Amino acid sequence: MLRNAISAAARPTLARPATTLASDFAKVTKRPPTKYGGIYTVTLIPGDGIGAEITDSVKQIFEHVNAPIEWEQYDVSGMSSSGEALFKQAMDSLKRNRVGLKGILFTPISQSGHISWNVAMRQQLDIYASVVLCKSLPGFPTRHSNVDFAIIRENTEGEYSGLEHQSYPGVVESLKVSTRAKAERISRFAFDFALKNNRKKVTCVHKANIMKLGDGLFLNTFRRVAEDYKASGIEYNDMIVDNTSMQLVAKPGQFDVMVMPNLYGAIVSNIGAALVGGPGIVPGCNIGSEYALFEPGCRHVASDIMGTDRANPAAMILSATMMLRHLGLDPIANQIAAATFDTINAGKVRTADMGGSATTSEFTSAIIKAL
Amino acid sequence: MLSRPFAGVAQRTLGPSQAFRRYASAAPTAAFAGKKDSNGKYTVTLIPGDGIGPEISQSIKDIYVAAGVPIQWEEVSVTPVLKGGKTVIPDNAINSVKKNTVALKGPLATPIGKGHVSLNLTLRRTFNLFANVRPCVSIRGFKTPYDDVNTVLIRENTEGEYSGIEHEIVDGVVQSIKLITWEASERVARYAFHYAESSGRKRVTAVHKANIMKMSDGMFLSACREVSKEFPGVKYDEDLLDRVCLQIVQNPKPYSDRVMVMPNLYGDILSDMCAGLIGGLGLTPSGNIGRDASIFEAVHGSAPDIAGKGLANPTALLLSSMMMLRHMNLVDYADKIEKAALTTIAEGKVITGDLGGKSSTREYTDAIIQKLGKA
Repeated sequence: MLRNAISAAARPTLARPATTLASDFAKVTKRPPTKYGGIYTVTLIPGDGIGAEITDSVKQIFEHVNAPIEWEQYDVSGMSSSGEALFKQAMDSLKRNRVGLKGILFTPISQSGHISWNVAMRQQLDIYASVVLCKSLPGFPTRHSNVDFAIIRENTEGEYSGLEHQSYPGVVESLKVSTRAKAERISRFAFDFALKNNRKKVTCVHKANIMKLGDGLFLNTFRRVAEDYKASGIEYNDMIVDNTSMQLVAKPGQFDVMVMPNLYGAIVSNIGAALVGGPGIVPGCNIGSEYALFEPGCRHVASDIMGTDRANPAAMILSATMMLRHLGLDPIANQIAAATFDTINAGKVRTADMGGSATTSEFTSAIIKAL
Repeated sequence: MLSRPFAGVAQRTLGPSQAFRRYASAAPTAAFAGKKDSNGKYTVTLIPGDGIGPEISQSIKDIYVAAGVPIQWEEVSVTPVLKGGKTVIPDNAINSVKKNTVALKGPLATPIGKGHVSLNLTLRRTFNLFANVRPCVSIRGFKTPYDDVNTVLIRENTEGEYSGIEHEIVDGVVQSIKLITWEASERVARYAFHYAESSGRKRVTAVHKANIMKMSDGMFLSACREVSKEFPGVKYDEDLLDRVCLQIVQNPKPYSDRVMVMPNLYGDILSDMCAGLIGGLGLTPSGNIGRDASIFEAVHGSAPDIAGKGLANPTALLLSSMMMLRHMNLVDYADKIEKAALTTIAEGKVITGDLGGKSSTREYTDAIIQKLGKA
């Protein structure tokens, strides 16, 4: 059953370059990014854990290619709540510049700790669509090949509403909020994304068999939006999230564009990253109608290897190239992306997560050399 | 309840060299307390189910007769009947499970349309089936990209995201309530620790998303931490849902030393993900442990397309029944049958179509029975 299905699922490789967004990909339309004398000002939030190391890589590479980017850096840390003032400054900067590059901020688990600033940013800036691209790299075989899908995740509501209360000692309610407006917005985004990036199918991931109203609203809205895109020839289907997870690890080739509510996105993007080789190589971004924030697609702080110069900066570098394309700087973006993929595919200089022994700095130097 | 001495049977045959893993064992919160009848047999309720259910149930019955398992089946149907204007499970089915406290259940067809309460949900509520146990072990002889899977996942089964409490506040705005209670969290945590202790796993990992859902998942974690103090011999740690998904799919091996415990939705998704690693639901057993009864079942569909053709693979139901035998402390029978079944698959000569073979359900069953004779 499985063996046949896997080979049947093998698809012809599309000419689309890995992890790129098409050049006409959703731009911030309402107000243009800050630009003076041909230089874009971009907010940079390295984040916790390995963030500083991997954003240093990006800075070095940008320096080398003379990318017309000026960083406005904020070393916000979620390790303690005292960073809140700096976090607010960073938010102001993002609102000014409209474009940012960020690592992941730590979120404490304890109830007394502050809420997730990562989520707060997405909600406050209304960067509603998270885009994560998972594609097998030819030079880095994993257990699966032929993986090439995009995860479009609703980023601002659902399980991440942050609304919880204890109605009675020992009884807690956590609210998942689903709205038609946001379901429609993200569904349209997914179909537009599919169109612009030459993708063929959009799959809605849900749990509407159990959450009949909440996920039911998401699914029904998706189906209604799909009707509008019928003429474009893009196929669509839907799949229950538990089955999706099973299919992903068994026959990942069947997926193209996937759209889903917030929490399922967290699960699916981690499965997706694991299929293609780990969080170190999966780029991502968060897009709204006014702001765009680029960050690795698989959101891990990785404090275990922090400061050891062992982190893989590829995900951050590729996210930064997505940012360059977003700013219309496609030639530089393509150059950097190609150098990054060439370095990985050549296999000589790889970080520990990809089975190599190179440090972050060595990997970065190899990319710079390849440029 | 806590101080009840723990049945030592499950401890015996553990060790790294053991070829076949054990799937389940009794726990104090829901220990099997059935008595043998005058013929020296335990009575167990059998719900053959729909579609391929009757065929694969027959296979189990035949194998049990051949192995001399001291079990007498009480067959019931759970096809809903109309009672007082509502569709309900027939009383005799409910009474049978209540009396025997153990049941084996084949796949049920999901009725489409409104007004049907999910049968699984009804069974879960009726018998307080609070923990769903889902072991996934790579099956030798059936190749997938993963050959080193050996996970055990225990899922809270009564509340969480599946509380069923939802409402539309205004047009286009829906609230779904995830309900987490201390009582249910503690109960499932306790079962997880007992399972770990009795199956020789050294660690319990609570899987959560408490960085985002600080109060609800936070309370689930607090309950697990509290229970962990009662089990000094079992290590306890916590891991984010995101990390667990990532790590299992990259390399499932480190998860073979532990039992994972988690709220309902995460468990639903992760258990099927793990099943995907070893080749799908046709090979994964499942047990629902409850306060008043325990129901072991195949979680795959009823496959109406091949029903009645004698082609179905009974492995998932058979392995579920092994969990059942261990739950009933009939460990030797479980070991013997499991070995025969897994050897048959590993040899690859007599296997069903879904595993890439050509044999019928009957032939596969006979091959297992033949192996039993040699054992």
